[in-house]
Amino acid sequence: MPSTNQPEISRRDLLISSAATVAMTGAAPGVAAAQFADRSMHYTSTISLKVNGESRDLDIDNRTTLLDALREHLHLTGTKKGCDHGQCGACTVMVDGRRINSCLTLAVMHDGDEVTTIEGLGQPGNLHPMQAAFVKHDGFQCGYCTPGQICSSVAVLEEIRANIPSHVTGSLTEQATISQAEIRERMSGNICRCGAYSNIVEAIVEAAGARA
Amino acid sequence: MRAFTYERAASVEAAAGAAASNPEAKFIAGGTNLLDLMKLEIETPSHLIDVNGLGLDRIEATPEGGLRIGALVRNTDLAAHETIRRDYGVLSRALVAGASGQLRNKATTAGNLMQRTRCPYFYDTNQPCNKRRPGSGCSALGGISRQLGVVGVSDACIATHPSDMAVAMRALDAAVETVKPDGTRRSIGMADFHRLPGDTPHIETELKSGEFITAVVLPPPIGGRHIYRKVRDRASYAFALVSIGAVIQPDGTGRISVGGVAHKPWRLDAADAELPKGAKAASAALLADARTTEQNKFKVDLVERTLGAVILEARG
Repeated sequence: MPSTNQPEISRRDLLISSAATVAMTGAAPGVAAAQFADRSMHYTSTISLKVNGESRDLDIDNRTTLLDALREHLHLTGTKKGCDHGQCGACTVMVDGRRINSCLTLAVMHDGDEVTTIEGLGQPGNLHPMQAAFVKHDGFQCGYCTPGQICSSVAVLEEIRANIPSHVTGSLTEQATISQAEIRERMSGNICRCGAYSNIVEAIVEAAGARA
Repeated sequence: MRAFTYERAASVEAAAGAAASNPEAKFIAGGTNLLDLMKLEIETPSHLIDVNGLGLDRIEATPEGGLRIGALVRNTDLAAHETIRRDYGVLSRALVAGASGQLRNKATTAGNLMQRTRCPYFYDTNQPCNKRRPGSGCSALGGISRQLGVVGVSDACIATHPSDMAVAMRALDAAVETVKPDGTRRSIGMADFHRLPGDTPHIETELKSGEFITAVVLPPPIGGRHIYRKVRDRASYAFALVSIGAVIQPDGTGRISVGGVAHKPWRLDAADAELPKGAKAASAALLADARTTEQNKFKVDLVERTLGAVILEARG
């Protein structure tokens, strides 16, 4: 499989170029850059991710977040960068079946993990039921938060079925139920600055019913 | 973000040893707070020790009748655990009152204890902060302090510990189990785990260099009504202005632990003793030594009223 980073550059060239970058940012004043030639190798890692069912090998700077690995290295730009600090939810993806903020985790920590992005949930002509419900109910305006909203909402329904409690769950010892209140609480990590919340909730309620 | 080297720890002892041999190293588990701070260069580790593969993700019964919660148990899994829900409801409720679903899927038990304050001046690298840069001063005193601490504060720092989970663990008399780089193990009660700021607000816990959290142990269940009540500016996904974790018995006795008011979960024996007399007496004991700012003095009333609501709920 060809390098997915920058196909026109060999892996060796790439490592040398990222090493130079690291030497620039990591070098203490007065220390010759040549000294970093060896050390800098440890500032990068080679990993393999299984993204939407496909194995992808990557040479990355250790600082690369999972979000940047998906967008900048694998060119899966459906996953969005909003705040880059875990506050907005635009970067939500599923890792080993659980939704997380891909901006707040390092790609190097996910060697061998299975990642599902919005591109893996559905495609034009083959929409995931949640995607179809968002279209039907107009669950967006600008659309920037939408991939994160949809990945999160698919996971929310799974979490309710798995009987994971939420802040609004009435009894801790009974099965959690799908309700508007539960959906609103569980989706609070996904911000929509256009304010499409009421339509988003309607879309999720419909998708929940369709799959029940 | 500063460049760093990275390793996956092979054992608990190796993790502690690696941390002790490099004062600039940090453990990384869920990473949800550490990476946020690394992006802002508030945390600048030169080496990360990934501890996710150490098998510390189990919840097991102890011979004493309690539970041992592995350091790497995710907040979601802890909140959803059958025994926690049945016997330690205040902990489950506290967990789901915090953060978002995405964050709880990543955040770990030990990481939750180790998270840093959300004081705006700790985050603003242009401002002095004794916690971020010891000796530089406290911008919060005389600054925007509405969210900040009202008790146990010092002239050096009025930051609060942001955890909901820790407030419940304090009410439950949990203990933190650790291993040191030399292999010795110890247990630190939640009462002593987090420190008050004093003159050294940058030293936040009792942990020594390289010391590694392996588990949090809950004593056997004590029954009673388990309540976690959190008051915040938004209905969801916001840090507490005030929160109360309580276990209240049918006779009105019980335990109360308060979040959002101090550098650690705030619980006092004297306040627990006053609980049967009601919210006014108990909150007066809790906040007898309060030192408020103009902006956060409302928290004194808010603690009393929130405790009143908790007591009502316990009777209901």
